[in-house]
Amino acid sequence: MKVVTGKKKVIIIPCSGIGKAFGSISRDATYEVTENLRKDTTETLCLALLVSGDEKSLQLIRNNKCITVDGCPLQCAKKNVELAGGNLAANLRVVDAYKENRNLKPRNVTFLDPDGQQMALKLAEKIAEKVDDLLVEQ
Amino acid sequence: MTEAQEKKVGIISCSGEERVEGTISRVATRLVLEKLRPNETVTICLPLFLAGGREEREFARDYPTITVDGCDKKCAKIATERYSGKPTSSILVTDILKNYQCPLSSRRKLNDATLTVTRKVAERIAEEVDEVLRHRR
Repeated sequence: MKVVTGKKKVIIIPCSGIGKAFGSISRDATYEVTENLRKDTTETLCLALLVSGDEKSLQLIRNNKCITVDGCPLQCAKKNVELAGGNLAANLRVVDAYKENRNLKPRNVTFLDPDGQQMALKLAEKIAEKVDDLLVEQ
Repeated sequence: MTEAQEKKVGIISCSGEERVEGTISRVATRLVLEKLRPNETVTICLPLFLAGGREEREFARDYPTITVDGCDKKCAKIATERYSGKPTSSILVTDILKNYQCPLSSRRKLNDATLTVTRKVAERIAEEVDEVLRHRR
């Protein structure tokens, strides 16, 4: 993990969902933003590292604006960032992407099927737009 | 503990979004749940220990639990011990990878070579599931 110094970045934190396709979509959308769409202005971190109380992760989410991306209504990413005192700027939900793209029926969990990949790309575009908004505010 | 719980083993994977070893940990866990030991295993999303309720926090007390960690920070083991209960067994993916000379792929999409070692990790988890169940009988 790179600890951001100097110019601030937006930290994208997906949920760690392992039981449903929505968790996998959350993670894939996050990778699309941090590795392609906005790779110079964003980073991600392990949510489990945050949950385990890692000090560097805590500093990272407190010193930078965070976008959480949750797969299910339990909103683990959002709740854990809030509990850790993170600078939560926005929360996006896979279920909203699902409602907006009802033609897509993602099913596979372990390896996303084409519908799951497509939904992740659409969600990634939304996250990237939110990143831009937050950077303008800074 | 119910009869169903006595026959099941909980597997808790680290989320490991930052590293390919985290992806290996998650995918190996899914392979055990879906293919290798579907009738003997259950899982839980690790962050639910804090975000969920009592039922989630009692997971490691309700099930004999194996944690699977991608790196030596051992988030799954530490968080399970802190918020749920002492795991019965712990597996570290990097320990298993030492036995295989394999250039790893990106964290987002596993290439064929990385998928092969991921299956080895899954087999190791499945062996541990069998061992845990053997001791409970």
